Amino acid sequence: MIRVQQEDFDIGAEIARLRAGRTDIGAIVSFTGSVRDQSGEVTDMTLEHYPGMTEAELQRIEAEAQARWPLQASLIVHRFGALMPGDNIVLVVTASEHRDAAFDAAKFLMDYLKTGAPFWKRETGPGGARWVEASAHDEASAARWTKTEARC
Amino acid sequence: MRLLYFAWVKEKVGVAAEEIDPPAGVATIAELIDWLKARGPEFENAFARSEVIRAAIDKRHVRHDASIAAAREIAFFPPVTGG
Repeated sequence: MIRVQQEDFDIGAEIARLRAGRTDIGAIVSFTGSVRDQSGEVTDMTLEHYPGMTEAELQRIEAEAQARWPLQASLIVHRFGALMPGDNIVLVVTASEHRDAAFDAAKFLMDYLKTGAPFWKRETGPGGARWVEASAHDEASAARWTKTEARC
Repeated sequence: MRLLYFAWVKEKVGVAAEEIDPPAGVATIAELIDWLKARGPEFENAFARSEVIRAAIDKRHVRHDASIAAAREIAFFPPVTGG
């Protein structure tokens, strides 16, 4: 399941909902990304996105993870709008019988989300506002999962 | 067709969305970018480093050599920075 929303999320509540009534799940991995203030440089952040494409991309990425690993459940929640340092930005949860699939799928989801989901961060600090630049590290992390498939 | 701009591309061109009707010779994303750049200094500026601009046709990522023939909505934006 994927959700794109302005409001905050409760990590514990999301995991509880995902596993409610199930006894077949053996491993749950969750990743939470939050707004980071590097030494007083960020006072607030705005996350812009492309409504419609964001949901389509997240669904595509989730479907690819489910095709690659034996996942019993997965969840991606991504926020947009005005955020402050310390606020949650993104939550990825994966559940499987054994831990390897859950760990690997969670990392895959984050790596693909970072390079494919149409979000843009605009940080405001003492020196004014600036658009965050994409990192080559993120591209390299995503590329590790694809040896043959072309990414753009 | 409808054009959408996001993040600093939107700030530089000065609009979020517009309807355009490019001439028949404009067949690919790369040719559309060249055509847009000739429309004025704000477009010339926004697309100056066209190799860093990402494009989507009908909400799917495409490369600059993609055909725009069947496109209803084309979006231009910088490399994404979510997560």
